[in-house]
Amino acid sequence: MKDRDKQTKKDVLILGIESSCDETAASVVKNGREVLSNVISSQIDIHTLYGGVVPEIASRKHMERINQVIRQALSEAGITLSDLTAVAVTYGPGLVGALLVGVSAAKAIAYAAGLPLVGVHHIEGHICANYIENKDLEPPFGCLVVSGGHTHLLRVADYGKYEILGKTRDDAAGEAFDKVARAIGLGYPGGPKIDKAAKEGNPEAIVFPRAKVDGSEYDFSFSGLKSAVLNYLNGAAMKGESIVTEDVAASFQKAVVDVLTDHSAAAVDEYGFKAFAIAGGVASNSALRGSIQNMCDKKGIPFYMPSPVFCTDNAAMIAVAGYYDYMAGKRSGTDLNACPALRLGEH
Amino acid sequence: MLLAAIESSGQVASVAILRDETLVAEYSIDYKKTHSTTLLPMLEEIVERTEIQLSDLDAIAVSSGPGSFTGLRIGSATAKGLGLALDIPLVEVPTLEALAYQFFGSPQLICPMMDARRGQVYTGLYRFSEKGELTTIFPQAAIQAEQIIEKINEMGESVVFLGDGVGVYRQLIEEKCKVSYLFAPPHMIKQRAGALAALAAVYLKEGKTISADLHKPEYLRLSQAERERMEREKGHD
Repeated sequence: MKDRDKQTKKDVLILGIESSCDETAASVVKNGREVLSNVISSQIDIHTLYGGVVPEIASRKHMERINQVIRQALSEAGITLSDLTAVAVTYGPGLVGALLVGVSAAKAIAYAAGLPLVGVHHIEGHICANYIENKDLEPPFGCLVVSGGHTHLLRVADYGKYEILGKTRDDAAGEAFDKVARAIGLGYPGGPKIDKAAKEGNPEAIVFPRAKVDGSEYDFSFSGLKSAVLNYLNGAAMKGESIVTEDVAASFQKAVVDVLTDHSAAAVDEYGFKAFAIAGGVASNSALRGSIQNMCDKKGIPFYMPSPVFCTDNAAMIAVAGYYDYMAGKRSGTDLNACPALRLGEH
Repeated sequence: MLLAAIESSGQVASVAILRDETLVAEYSIDYKKTHSTTLLPMLEEIVERTEIQLSDLDAIAVSSGPGSFTGLRIGSATAKGLGLALDIPLVEVPTLEALAYQFFGSPQLICPMMDARRGQVYTGLYRFSEKGELTTIFPQAAIQAEQIIEKINEMGESVVFLGDGVGVYRQLIEEKCKVSYLFAPPHMIKQRAGALAALAAVYLKEGKTISADLHKPEYLRLSQAERERMEREKGHD
């Protein structure tokens, strides 16, 4: 492959492309930290009709938007393909059909433009979102990644080097938000709706379980909590009692946030993190942000979090992760495949 | 005129390069459906071996469906990426037309038939005019194989069947088809980017191009979720 690494140029410009779920996104990032453009085309309106992301529809919508989103990212950054250093693309984990659109397009663009290609892990992207606005943040640090598909507590040992301390055994935190939101009639997407309703509710109104996973201190389990909420709702319905949606939302959210915070606090103590960050879609949740901030304040360590726009799926974070992978010499070929169940640390 | 053609609508991965009247390269693999890892390396290989400059390409031809949803998307996203980076248009060639074009000049009816699962085939009926133009007798559709056989019986003309649906419905054709028929031989039965490129050249001369940004595959089917939703809504009427 013609790999025209432009080492003579001072600035490293990475085009990031992301299509792992229901956001078609492209971004140009300079030197790994400066976002020149960040275009996100969300499909949320159409998936809301179905109460969740429909993979086939997501794949089709990516196809309709991918080129326009990439063009817009280049034009907002004021550059053309020939100014780029490399192309970075999410190749997993995610919905395979959705990933394939971004991966196939990115490979073709990199090949035709004679640019190096870097396949990026989606979770690595979420973690790297923290570098965008926190110029002082450097590894090592602890990080909690929480989204609709992932719940990971990890140690960021270095750029591109991660140690997973714990992850969910069943539902991701965001998934639990979606399911509970549906059960209490708040609808999709659950995260922001529960966050909003919870602000009007009493988090101590109902005591939901804080699940521990036997034998692994840092793993999570949210399916029991989800069932407890459903049992509570069924119980109330059978007794003919009405429920206070806001109280259920607040109590459920408190249970999730408590577990996430407790595990994070234990990891800070055991690993002696000098900094802690959160990432992923659920990192936008105001109660979680507040709770982890409190925990960090008590421990006397700085707390980092991306702005909500960089918490949601976006391509700037992929370009940032791609920058560090690129600088570390990682390259992907024209045979790069989408890996729906890609694990962090696998390359 | 320099064209690159991409075909990944079924199990066959196929790429070709056409320069004016010469098919300078064609590379087809009908083995395992791993288009994501094979298609672009195959194109890369023929580009290298024929020493063409990608920047000399006038357009990218793509098999635009119907076919495997995922297969179509790999081909389409690849074509769109190439079109964007090279700033050239795409030529959409309906998959069934590209299949039929393999029988250029045939006096018979041509019936490409792709297995569409769920008891259906993606099919149509085509014929060549005396001037060598491909004409559509029955437009592409996702229907039961019996339905197209009935249509052929009604027309009462001899026909040649091709496509991966033949393997699935061979017995049915043998039982139900009342006119004389042929099954395509191995080199003409599946999708080939060479035929796609040749037909795309005709379309390109006619000015039938589309921007890489606007191209999307023709699936001929809604997603399952959309179908179910429409049925639910019908039920409420």
